[in-house]
Amino acid sequence: MPRYLAGRVAAMAGVLLLVCLFTYAVFFLLSPDPAVQICGKNCTPDRIDQIRENLGLDRPFWTQFLTFLGGLFAGRTYGVGPNAVQCAAPCLGYSFQSSQSVTDMIVQRLPVSATVAIGAAVLWLLVGVISGLVGAVKEGTWVDRTLTGLTLGGLSIPNYVLALVLQYVLVVQLQWLPFPQAVPFGEDPGRWFLNFVMPWIVLAVGYAAAYTRLTRANVIDTLQENFLRTARAKGLAPRLVWRRHALRPALTPVVTVFGMDFAGLLGGALITETVFGLNGVGKMAADSIAKNDQPVIMGVTLLAAFFVVVGNVVVDVVYTFIDPRVRVAA
Amino acid sequence: MSITTTDTKRRAATGALTVRDLTVSFPTATGSVDVVSHLDLDLEPGSALGIVGESGSGKSLTSLAMMGLLPPKATRTGTVTLGTEDLTSMSEAQLRRIRGDRVAMIFQDPLSSLNPYYTVGAQIEEAYRSHRRGVTRRKAHQVAVEAMERVHIKDAARRADHYPHQFSGGMRQRVMIAMALATEPELLIADEPTTALDVTVQAQILALLQEIRRETGTSLILITHDLAVVSEVTDHIVVMRSGVCVERGPVEAIFSDPQHHYTQRLFDAVPRIDDEIGDLRSLSPTGDHR
Amino acid sequence: MTITHTELELEGAAEAAPGGATHADAPPTEVPSSARVLRSLRHDAGAVLSASYVGMVVLMAVFAPLIVKVSGWSPYEFDQSAIDPNLGGVPLGDWGGMSSEHWFGVEPGSGRDIFARIVYGARVSMTIALAATALTTVLGVTFGLLAGYFRGKADHAISRVMDFLMAFPALIFMIAVLSALPAGNRSMLLVVIISVFGWPYLARIVRGQAMSLARREFVEAAQASGASGVSVVFREILPNLRSTIIVMVTLSVPGYIGTEAGLSFLGVGVVPPEPSWGQMIASSVTWYSVVPTYFAIPGLFLFLLVLSFTVLGDRLRAVIDTGEAR
Repeated sequence: MPRYLAGRVAAMAGVLLLVCLFTYAVFFLLSPDPAVQICGKNCTPDRIDQIRENLGLDRPFWTQFLTFLGGLFAGRTYGVGPNAVQCAAPCLGYSFQSSQSVTDMIVQRLPVSATVAIGAAVLWLLVGVISGLVGAVKEGTWVDRTLTGLTLGGLSIPNYVLALVLQYVLVVQLQWLPFPQAVPFGEDPGRWFLNFVMPWIVLAVGYAAAYTRLTRANVIDTLQENFLRTARAKGLAPRLVWRRHALRPALTPVVTVFGMDFAGLLGGALITETVFGLNGVGKMAADSIAKNDQPVIMGVTLLAAFFVVVGNVVVDVVYTFIDPRVRVAA
Repeated sequence: MSITTTDTKRRAATGALTVRDLTVSFPTATGSVDVVSHLDLDLEPGSALGIVGESGSGKSLTSLAMMGLLPPKATRTGTVTLGTEDLTSMSEAQLRRIRGDRVAMIFQDPLSSLNPYYTVGAQIEEAYRSHRRGVTRRKAHQVAVEAMERVHIKDAARRADHYPHQFSGGMRQRVMIAMALATEPELLIADEPTTALDVTVQAQILALLQEIRRETGTSLILITHDLAVVSEVTDHIVVMRSGVCVERGPVEAIFSDPQHHYTQRLFDAVPRIDDEIGDLRSLSPTGDHR
Repeated sequence: MTITHTELELEGAAEAAPGGATHADAPPTEVPSSARVLRSLRHDAGAVLSASYVGMVVLMAVFAPLIVKVSGWSPYEFDQSAIDPNLGGVPLGDWGGMSSEHWFGVEPGSGRDIFARIVYGARVSMTIALAATALTTVLGVTFGLLAGYFRGKADHAISRVMDFLMAFPALIFMIAVLSALPAGNRSMLLVVIISVFGWPYLARIVRGQAMSLARREFVEAAQASGASGVSVVFREILPNLRSTIIVMVTLSVPGYIGTEAGLSFLGVGVVPPEPSWGQMIASSVTWYSVVPTYFAIPGLFLFLLVLSFTVLGDRLRAVIDTGEAR
């Protein structure tokens, strides 16, 4: 087991390194000269050169990349002299436009993104799995057919369209919800909660639809399995048959999918946050793209990739615990 | 063994099964189709009956019908009597008490018939605890280990904590048998128990079934398409074709002098070392040979 | 990569989970002929409606210039008479300015004819989605086959690349790259970028099926009779994957439509004045409470198009999987 884990961690590090390199290279090639940006107005070519030298922007690509990597682990200093800025480890970059280290910016916004992700995750898991179970148990009935239709709809509606529809119906017409407005939790918990209701719904709908279909298909398949027949032939109580022999095998694969989905969301739900004006990591990424704040874009990209890759490994490890067939040691 | 042999023999004396006019049908686009048709069976306590037929003859469905395990779309008529009790008129709750306790089943593919997520010990314990009130986990575990020992699984105490995929095919079938025997059933129904196994392993499993019958007096219904298997283990056989019984009788009689032409064709289909190599004979739908 | 789940990603993910029960475990052994598939689909209300809608959109896209001549306004013309300058450009009349002149009303602020922009938007959506689908299919099937059949080093390399691409936060990356690049040739760029991140999902499924097919006897037979690897792949394995590929392709189209619309919504897709449904929805955000038709109409068209492809793919798969016409 430890060897397996070590192997996976090594592979994970490899992928992350590649993602790092690839992202860095692409942005290196595509981004406008940061020195020009920093210099601002009233710039002279000498000044630009000076900045470039201070920040090490005139060094070759590989040197810059390695410096960046080093900064990830040990922190780094940008610039020299009195204007130098410290960037503590893990240094994902420094945003000169906002005068903050990217890591700090992300940390400030992570709670909002996490709230959106967790709330939506709870919602879609509950709705998806329960609907899927209902659909499987009532297979072929009108309940099942309606559910199938709803899931197809849920899969198809783009979340920004749903966001607009919900806002129009719930806020403007029915006035069940107030206009979304950023309110800190301490100030007004009720209002804070209401602000997240629509983002949670919008984000959860697509996933809930997908999970309903997945759960339903898994349960239906599991109910056909031979070991279900054995369980019934043993005269087990229906509740036991259902819990141990139907649900456990059917729901286990859902765990994998959920792990990956959730990990993917931790990088920020870009569209949902933007549409609802939530100050999370996703919105920061969108804003930075509009402002061309390259270090932030890179930092967020790396962070999101990190969560996905780590999530992958975590899911695999968890899976070895829950599925005996996958366990490495006997 | 923790229970006396006489105990078991006495209880198994009630393992008599009587089936009268059993019919199983399924709805199709063109109307209802009988897959088992007016079947009569008699099983004496402690004896072994073989149900023989090719695929699609309805033999497996017969066993499911007897246990009340047919899929919801199927309809069943006729009576099935175990000892003195009519299984066909029982409620599902009453049937559940009988399944796995007085009548146990083992199936063709032991790998897919065992739940991969639980240890074999747990699955045997589960069968035992469902039918015995107030049994502690330790006692159930003990029974499971003993059941595994009874089917000659070496190192049973350790292997009870293993998962199905960690056993070979033959061992898995032994586990299924152990699971069936844990509750000391009166009747054991084995649906193609050796079909998925190698010939050598097949012989071991059949020998095991015979040993169990000898020791416990449990009645046995053995369902198979393989005549060799039936000749080893059973006393009487019933030959089925398209849901109908075409011939029945003591196994020696049927083997030495099959009466019905379908039975004769079945025997003909088994290659013998002293056969002449002739034309390939096959069965037309009406059962006449070409 | 798509913005939300599609059936394609879901299947792949569930299949990749060890022991997961999915439809994609093995290619269907009994594949009904295309005639039978079509016949059974014809009786399926959902499939018929979806196919009709898709057909309508395709016709809209193909005949856009003609249609627009009939309706009267081109998508680039500004009709100042239809909007009220005193109210910031709100369309005159109810329902967003719907009238016999402007069948779907006009855009607030610019006065452009919504119907014409919808029709031309259909072009954009369909072309980009279909082109991306074509490219993804070629890449996905090729790499999936190579990885699944040849195994070993080829599989290792291709799988690593797939892992890498799937780990990428594609949306952020796509937006960043697209925003950094100049505006020319946007459509082609979109197609390429969407495909680069999209092919691994198809490849993963094809790879799995190719691996299980490669163990079958008819492949062994072909190999024994001296067929080369490439020939086996294309003559023996690929035809058996035909139905899987068709289903997967149908199911990936809605994802690409959504992705293009999403990118356009964020402002990095198709740039104005070229109309795109996603872009129209983006512009409608500031007006949503006052002129709901402005987001509702493109939203509805978009939703229905994605839905139609999803339903079609779903029905196709149901018919092919059961192996019989129901």
